[in-house]
Amino acid sequence: MLHYVLKRLVSLVISLAVASLVIFLAIEVVPGDPAAYMLGMNAQADTLAALREQLGLNGSIPERYLSWVTGMLQGDFGTSYTYRTPVAEMIGERLWISLPLALYALTLSTLIAFPAGVWAASRRGSVVDMGVMGVTQLGVAIPNFWFAMLMVLVFAINLRWFSAGGFAGWEQGFLAGMKSLTLPAIALALPQASILTRVMRSSLLDTLSEEFIRTARAKGLTRRQVLWRHALRNAMIPVLTIIGMQFSFLMAGAIIIENVFFLPGLGRLVFQSISARDLIVVESVVMLLVFAVILVNFAVDVAYAAVDPRLRGRR
Amino acid sequence: MSLLRIEGLNLAIHDYAILHDVSITVDPGQIVGVIGESGSGKSMTALAVMQLLPEGARATGRFVLDGRDVLQASEADLCGMRGRVMGMVFQEPMTALNPIQTIGDQVAETILVHERVSRAEARDRARQALARVELPEDRFPLTRYPHELSGGQRQRVVIAMAIALRPKLLIADEPTTALDVTTQAQILKLLKRLVQEDGMGLLMISHDLAVVADMADHLVIMRHGRVVEAGPCPDLFHRMQHPYSKALLAASTHQPDRAAQPQDTPLLQVRGVIRDYATSRKGIWGKPGSFRAVNDVSFSIRRGESLGLVGESGCGKSTLTRAILGLEEVQAGEILLDGQPVFTGHKPNRAVRRRMQVVFQDPYGSFNPRHRVERLITEPFHLLDAPPQGAARDAAIAEALDSVGLTADDRHKYIHEFSGGQRQRIAIARALIIKPDLIILDEAVSALDVSIRAQILDLLADLGDRLGLTYLFISHDLSVVRQVTDRVLVMQAGRIVEQGETAAIFDAPAHLYTQQLLSATPRLPDMTDA
Repeated sequence: MLHYVLKRLVSLVISLAVASLVIFLAIEVVPGDPAAYMLGMNAQADTLAALREQLGLNGSIPERYLSWVTGMLQGDFGTSYTYRTPVAEMIGERLWISLPLALYALTLSTLIAFPAGVWAASRRGSVVDMGVMGVTQLGVAIPNFWFAMLMVLVFAINLRWFSAGGFAGWEQGFLAGMKSLTLPAIALALPQASILTRVMRSSLLDTLSEEFIRTARAKGLTRRQVLWRHALRNAMIPVLTIIGMQFSFLMAGAIIIENVFFLPGLGRLVFQSISARDLIVVESVVMLLVFAVILVNFAVDVAYAAVDPRLRGRR
Repeated sequence: MSLLRIEGLNLAIHDYAILHDVSITVDPGQIVGVIGESGSGKSMTALAVMQLLPEGARATGRFVLDGRDVLQASEADLCGMRGRVMGMVFQEPMTALNPIQTIGDQVAETILVHERVSRAEARDRARQALARVELPEDRFPLTRYPHELSGGQRQRVVIAMAIALRPKLLIADEPTTALDVTTQAQILKLLKRLVQEDGMGLLMISHDLAVVADMADHLVIMRHGRVVEAGPCPDLFHRMQHPYSKALLAASTHQPDRAAQPQDTPLLQVRGVIRDYATSRKGIWGKPGSFRAVNDVSFSIRRGESLGLVGESGCGKSTLTRAILGLEEVQAGEILLDGQPVFTGHKPNRAVRRRMQVVFQDPYGSFNPRHRVERLITEPFHLLDAPPQGAARDAAIAEALDSVGLTADDRHKYIHEFSGGQRQRIAIARALIIKPDLIILDEAVSALDVSIRAQILDLLADLGDRLGLTYLFISHDLSVVRQVTDRVLVMQAGRIVEQGETAAIFDAPAHLYTQQLLSATPRLPDMTDA
């Protein structure tokens, strides 16, 4: 097991190194002079020179890459060109919204998908199964921003249970913060839960048709016991894969929902800094998101090994 | 009183009748063998006893196990009986165990489901059950996972699970079909011992007449969902009445007529071939290891000869086949067909490659289900520099199909429209279409029922005579190799340990391993003294 985790860690570090290089090249080198890009076509020569100086663009490419990477390792992501504040600080603030939002949505989607998937699979072909499949079909098909607006209309404008947007701030207390994230989390969780339910159901059905299930039945286990003791854990591998992918998506892909609810999250930060041509921020946020995705993949790999002894290697 | 009495069992799945009026009895301590080809209903009979039938199945009749009518029992009662009164062992040990639970937990589960005992006591009894199936704890700790065991060892675990509570009836559905012959002999011996020790009834289902003949006290022969003949074993072999029983016995020992005599010129020469595989590296920075799958193998096949290659799984048979076909490069030695190397430089030699073809075990898996027969059997044409076009192509297709006993019209069909035996005929047609000199038969008849197998063996013998073909016949089934080959090679752990005339080797094996293989091979009762 330790060997396996170490191997995954090595691959994590290599992936991070390669990703940082690709991001650096794609943003700072391939498009040409970043300063000229950020200032636009009509920039004065002396402003350009000043910005280059400020961005540290005068060194050689390897020097610039190294200083960017070592800076990040020390928590220094540079200073935003448009906001004139340290990028690390900006990301820190946004992360405190995006990360809880992603975790909240993921928890909701998992809490819905597990029982629904198990329920549908255990009653395959029944009305329950058909109902679950129908609802999840809708859940996958409905665009989540439309569903978000619908919820705003019902729960914020008509019922006035929630505010229509904005973030209360964690200083108002945990519950107040969670309350402002609830509608966005539900909107994000709906399609995710639908996909996860379907994956859970089909993976469980596949497992239930395996031969070791018949062996377990021949030992005298009831259908229910076979499902809980043998099928469920075996069915987890595809489910874990999807959960990992969903978390990555929720971290980076919440741009539209953050816009609908006026949440100052990472997605909105990327969106705004791309519009403002603030390459420093774009570069750092993209790197952070890549880091999150790679970290989640690492966690999923470790979870695989926890579930499946075959991955831990021979003793 | 009988332990199990099945009377007039009828079974239908969604109104499709599977079993008709099946009656079987098993006494305590008795081994009853049920024999039949695919579709005979033998496995359904076993599942019906366990009441683990597929959805939509309805069984009628009388069905008494240990004084209780199984068909009248509730699902809860049945769960109480399964594992405690009746246990079952399945065909495929590789998939019959939960891959993510330890063997100790899986055996202990049988006990925990039925008895109110502590976990520690259940583990203790699991340890005893595993010891009874010859998996002692010092070598096979309870914390092992199934993937850490071989096929034979896994089958022992399945048996331990089934007998942990000393059930009165054990059902074994093809328990050794997926195993090597020496492992098969050990498992059969184990089952026999357990029956004697526990006075358990054993209902043993098999397609292999010889396996059951060795084991059973009583024999039941099934066909198309009916019992055609039953009687005590081995007497039944000497006084079989039903034509199907006789045909089955004849097919099991079928010896095809082969007229052609091998010539003296060698067709294929294999000299000092070594094939190494890289294995996974040890540690993150470690060097990759290597595994020698074929170790210094030399032999030759004469033109027109039929050469057998026998050995157990993992001995290097398939690796050697791939090397001969030029699919993989070898690390040392040379392989020549008619004096031409199969590999030149680092590329397969097409001029040689087109002169040999292969027929694999799985007649369905080796065809693309979305292509028509016409396209499937003309696949080898890509080996030719100028493949036949138009009328010449049509003629080649018709000739190939005709030579394997199919008609030219079959070319428009898809592979799922054919039976297993017909599919294997199509595989042979695909091999014949470019008129090769050498055909490699890699377990080509192993998946077929005995009567179909006999037909395919006849076909191969006939084709060999008519077209002057040379065969390399690879099989784990020694009795078939004996029937169809002139000479035989015995392979063990990558080496050829013995080679010679088939008859001589089978009558007087010199190498210890060959002797073990032969003594492990199940034999039909000698019919000559009948």
